[in-house]
Order: sequence, then C-alpha cells, then structure tokens
Amino acid sequence: MENYLVAMAVFAGLYALLALGLNVVWGMTGMINLGLVGFFGLGAYASALLTRAHRAPIVLGLAAAALVTAAAGAAMALTTARLRGDYLAIITLGFSEVVRLVASNELWLTNGTDGISGIPGPWRGRVTPQTFNVVYLAIVALAVLAVFALCQRIRSSPYGRVLRAIRDDDQVAAVAGKRVIVFKVQAFAVSAAILGLAGALWGHYTSFIAPDVFTPLVTIYVVLALTAGGTGNNVGAVLGAALVIFLMEATRFATGWVGMLKPVQVAALREALIGGALLVVLRVRPRGLLPERLARS
Amino acid sequence: MPREIAQLLLNGLMAGTILAVPAIGFTAIYAVLRFPNFAIAAHLTIGAFAGWLANVSLGLPAALAVGVAFVVAGLAGVLNDELILKPLRPAGALTTAIAAVALTLVLENVVRFVFGNDLRGYDLPIRRDWQAAGLRIAPQQVHNFVIAVVAMAAVFLFLAFTRTGKAMRAVADNPMLASVKGIDADRVARLTNFVAMGLAGVGGVLVGLDTSIDPLTGFRVILSVFAAAVVGGLGSIPGAVVGALTIGVGEELSLLVLAPAYRTVVGFAAILVVLTLRPRGILGERAY
Repeated sequence: MENYLVAMAVFAGLYALLALGLNVVWGMTGMINLGLVGFFGLGAYASALLTRAHRAPIVLGLAAAALVTAAAGAAMALTTARLRGDYLAIITLGFSEVVRLVASNELWLTNGTDGISGIPGPWRGRVTPQTFNVVYLAIVALAVLAVFALCQRIRSSPYGRVLRAIRDDDQVAAVAGKRVIVFKVQAFAVSAAILGLAGALWGHYTSFIAPDVFTPLVTIYVVLALTAGGTGNNVGAVLGAALVIFLMEATRFATGWVGMLKPVQVAALREALIGGALLVVLRVRPRGLLPERLARS
Repeated sequence: MPREIAQLLLNGLMAGTILAVPAIGFTAIYAVLRFPNFAIAAHLTIGAFAGWLANVSLGLPAALAVGVAFVVAGLAGVLNDELILKPLRPAGALTTAIAAVALTLVLENVVRFVFGNDLRGYDLPIRRDWQAAGLRIAPQQVHNFVIAVVAMAAVFLFLAFTRTGKAMRAVADNPMLASVKGIDADRVARLTNFVAMGLAGVGGVLVGLDTSIDPLTGFRVILSVFAAAVVGGLGSIPGAVVGALTIGVGEELSLLVLAPAYRTVVGFAAILVVLTLRPRGILGERAY
C-alpha cells in the first residue's frame, strides 16, 4: 500500500510537470498544444535511447531530452508563428501522431510496438525497490520544485507580462514594440523542454516505454489537470495534476466494482469519464479551482 | 516503372476522392464557425458504424448504408454541437478546439463500449479486379469513387443554387454582413454541422468499404483530413477537394520511397511545407 501511494505521488509529480509545461504556452502565452504527448514521448525516447544504448549518465539523458524537445517545439512555433492559433493546434496534434508512428515503425531504433525495456533508473538494482521508489519520489519532487520556481519567476517577471500581453492581444504587444514571434517561439521551446523532461523522468521511473504509453489520452489528462486547477496559475497546475491522478485511480477502483462489464467496456468507461470531466469543467468552471489572479496596475 | 507510377497515381486519385468527403466537412465547419472541429474524427467513426449496422445487420446495400451514415452522423453532429460545443464558443476558438478533442474521446469510447475493439468489415461481394492497359482497379474502388463524387456534387449544387446554401456561403464570407441582411446565424450553424458531420459519416462508410472499421477509424484518417484541408486552404471547399487529391496522390507516390506505415506522415510533411511556403494553401484566402 505504501509503495502504491509513493508510486501515485511520483505520477502526480510527473503530471504536475506536464501541466506546468502546458501552462507556459497555453496559460501564459495563449498558444495551444494539442499534441503535448508527442513532446512527452519524444523526451522519453531521447533519454531512454541515450542512456540505454550509449550508456550515457541519466543526467545527460534528461538534458538531451529537454534540448531535443525544445528544438522540435521551437520549429513548430516558428512555422505557425505568423498564422492563426488554429494552425498550431493542427500541427501539434499531427506531430504527436508522427512521433507515435515513428516509434512504432523504426524497429532498429525504438524496437517498435514492443517498446524499450530495461531503461536505467538512478540506483535501480543497487537498493531495494521500496527505497528506489522513495528516492525517485524525492528526485521528481525536486524537479517539480525547480520547474515550479522557474515558472513562477517567468510569471512574475516583465518577460511573463509580455507573454500575457501576447495571450490577451498580440497586436497590442507588437504595437508596444515587442517582437511577438521571438517571445512565442521562446515560450513554446521552454514549454516543450519541460514536457520532454517529464517524459524522460517517466521512462527512467517505469524502466519501460512503448508507443502505447503516448496516446492522445495523455494530452487530455494534462489539459484537464491544468483547466481544473486554473489555467494561467502554476499552483493550480500542480493541484490539478494531483486531482487528475486521484480521479483516475478512484475510477479504477470504482469500475472494479462493476462486475458485469467486460474489460474493454471498463476501459472505455474510464476514458469517456476523463473526456467528460474536461467538458464539464470547461462548462461550469472554465477558470478552474484556483483562477489566475493578476496584480492590479 | 512508368506503369507502377501510373498505378499509384490511379490509386491516389481514388483515395483522394474518398478523403475529400470528410475534408469538405472539416473545412466547411471551419469556414462558418471558425474553429478546427477535431470531433470530425468521432463523427466519421459514428458514420462508419451506423453504415455497418445498416449494411450487415439490416442487410441494406452499400449505397443505402451511405445515406443512413449521413443522417446518423449529421444528427449526432448537430446534437453534440448544440449541447456541448456551442455553449463553449464564446470562450474562444482554441478552447472550443480543446473541447472538440475531449468530445472525440468521449464519443469514441461510447462506440468502443457498445461495439468493442474488434475490426469489422462490411458485407461485400468479392469481385475480380478489372484490368486495362496494365492497370488494375477493383470494382469496389470505382463504386466508392462514384459515391464520393455524387456526395460532393450534391454539396456543390446545394451551396451554389439553394437559398440555404447561399446563406451558408454568406456567413462564411462575412458573418457581420450576413447578419445585417437578416440571415439567422444559428440556423446556418446547425445546418453546417449537419451537412459537415454527415459528410464525415459518409467518409467513414467509404473507409469501411475500402478496408475495415474499429473505434479508432476516424482518428487514424484525421491527419490526412487536416492535411487535405490545410493544403487546399483552410475554409475553402474547392480547396479541400484539391488538397485531398494532392494528399491522396502524395500518399500513394510516397510508397515508392517510404514504408507503407509512413503514408500519413506525408500529410504532416505537406502541412509543414504549405505553412512555410504558402500558409493560405492552394485555394485559401488568408491564414493570419
């Protein structure tokens, strides 16, 4: 039971990272990313491949994951920077599918749909699994704290103010002399790096990744976490992530009691509930539990 | 080699014509309601399953199954928009787009709950391929091509000659002016949803007649649908047709150099190229 709770706390932390990452673009800059699971997956694969095949230290794997995803994010933001936001929505959604296709088909690199197993974890094998769990929770907690501090810093700085100005009206920001494209590309790259970092941490924790892990469902989980917590609010992002993990686990137990259903029906019910929850939140509490508060000027 | 390329071109044109049907739906909703409605994927699946029920359980011929799929998917589209997406539209196009993704997830899983994950095929006679000048074509391909062309012709005639069709074009062109002229925007929105999601449903049947269906059918083709709409010019209906033919041919020709699994990547690459060089697409008007 303790192990289970620690594992859930680790996953909540990883989702908190994803929600914080999404908040930088969607909450602060008003850019959409409907394929964030693609960046999550790209980061996981980058770090797993580097540390497993090339025996690189895990820290290097994490850094590489952040760099690769940042580059991919910057490229996408640059391609669509001058266009309406809808194009970014389409292109990010497409990107996540391409990542999944490549991961499923490049057998020589990713081992296809069988996935990569035996991804190293810090001190895994040298300490008991229980200790490993606790150590990893501490690492993830540190990562969340660091990213949270970074996001708060961005939010309260003049830089964050420009991002909000772009979110609310990018023409006004442009008239005020801000180079909107530069800000958009930078924000998207930072956000993508955080998503990639979360993916890398995911792989080193579970020691196994496969294309199946990175389905569009994850994107919905994260959007739900951020929207429920409070778009634009970093505290809300972390809170929302914890809530989503709680909701997912609660439905796991709840559907366990419904004996008449087939496993595929139980799975369908849970996924529909998550999607439905997002629709309900958007409708009844679009600003989330902790709405963004702005300093009066 | 030239014969192989000719065969791929022929297959590409056939595939592109099928693709054009849901692409018109996607681009029409974009033109009138100004948001990318990703729920087109779920409605394609709903249509595919409605057509399958009509064809396999009721024993109707494929052409009638297409009609059933159009009506069921169209009604589902109107209902889902009225109940779920329309109330969210004031929050902005991107929020509505997010909601559309969540809606897709819900609808897909409703289908999965009822039908399970198994692949299902339509009830079709098995016929020998036709051959001419060294090119092969399946009678079913021709059949699907005709259904797609008839569906598209109906849309074009509807938009060009009926009063309602003209009202739809007016709203797409200039919503403010249309409302000044007394066109009921709500009614046009409902109608657009009905026709567009109905077309998505027809697309689902065509995919089902071509291969087989499961709850993820819609999601699997959606990247090609986006690519068709963006390449042709988001919001332009003739553009969607040109874009779909381009993507269909491109996906087939890619088989010369790429593994078949990467066909849909061609669509993504095409989106990137078009957005870099000519964001408004082949026939679109503006993209910023």
